Amino acid sequence: MEFKDYYQVLGVERTASDDEIKKAFRRLARRHHPDINKAADAAARMQELNEAYEVLRDPEKRAAYDQVGRGARGGEPFRPPPGWDSGFEFSGGPGESGDAADHSAFFEALFGAARRGAARGRPGPGFDPGHSGRGQDHHAKIVVPLEDSFHGATRQITLHSPEMDASGTVALHERVLQVGIPKGIRAGQQIRLAGQGSAGFGAGPRGDLYLEVEFAPHERWRVDGRDLYFTLKVAPWEAALGAAVNVPTPEGTVEMNVPAGSQTGRKLRLRGRGLPGDPPGDFYVLLQVVLPPARDEPARAAYRRMAQDLAFDPRATQGADA
Amino acid sequence: MNTPTLAVGVCLTGEHALELAEFAAACGIDTAFVHLLVEEGLLRPAVEQPAWRFGGEELARVRRIRRLQRDFEANLQSVAVMLDLIDEIERLRAQLQRSGIAAS
Repeated sequence: MEFKDYYQVLGVERTASDDEIKKAFRRLARRHHPDINKAADAAARMQELNEAYEVLRDPEKRAAYDQVGRGARGGEPFRPPPGWDSGFEFSGGPGESGDAADHSAFFEALFGAARRGAARGRPGPGFDPGHSGRGQDHHAKIVVPLEDSFHGATRQITLHSPEMDASGTVALHERVLQVGIPKGIRAGQQIRLAGQGSAGFGAGPRGDLYLEVEFAPHERWRVDGRDLYFTLKVAPWEAALGAAVNVPTPEGTVEMNVPAGSQTGRKLRLRGRGLPGDPPGDFYVLLQVVLPPARDEPARAAYRRMAQDLAFDPRATQGADA
Repeated sequence: MNTPTLAVGVCLTGEHALELAEFAAACGIDTAFVHLLVEEGLLRPAVEQPAWRFGGEELARVRRIRRLQRDFEANLQSVAVMLDLIDEIERLRAQLQRSGIAAS
């Protein structure tokens, strides 16, 4: 386990006042909050910030942290000395700070014992010998290929969570699960796996695991809810005169009529050809007219002929003099 | 030790959408707070009749509300403004994405 330098995480000195710590947290939270910042590591960064703030804002935890952390640097291997927390009493009870899964193994090793101790009946604040409680729920994201929604699939996922064994040592526990992805699933939906969360306290049941589904970007189709979008490239004469063209949909190739007189941006719909469901989504085709390159003389001649034969001014309605 | 466990899950939609009490428990809040969020317009049940039911999107939304409340020590009205802005950004992103302008 690596030592975490919470002061460095918040970018403050070890002597920082409570007010400075609060300001630093707020400033960084605004910048890195995963609900605002779309960077892939925003959630991890915010988790780190929250953890650092949770410790440093609390005088008891901060004092304890300063005690163990004397001389330690961020990233160094770290093992808390046995009985290090005997002189401290943390006032928080179980579940005080939300998800256990939101904390690093380092945090769990330092402060998890106090929380769990209270819950498991170790003498401490809130001591209750008969106490038992439901384990915490875990939340994770799962990125699946779009095709999983067309047919349904089984995916293997690996989860890492800090868990404490009987001797009180915290280790990163790895679990491998086979999860069924139901046909017709959409991005943002959640799959609940009952009993796959944290172990309960005492006789309490295990928590659940929630997997939020996200689609990996697809090379062909774009997804919006249950609808699919596809940009279809057409030649100028196909758009102008109309044509029957083949469109790749999840259920195979479909022949579609491009109406005469189409322009770039025209949206055509294949009803019910989106993601499966009741009702199924639609498949939208966006036309994009692509001009043939005028690289050789015959092509240039064809364009010149069009310029002569067609009295066409694309800027006729734009108010510019021809 | 790491042999895969086959875990049977349910997708929280349609018939598996959660009833009020289940939903509140899954969110880690009480049912009164769910009522408050609905009254204040921060949350809409996926199904309203005959009884409220909530799906995965609503669960994610309440988790977001809780995060915003906690991380910014924001009151519900501020969270509501943030949610409106986030919704608007997501709507615009979806529009860009549909038209093929934005890659993701």
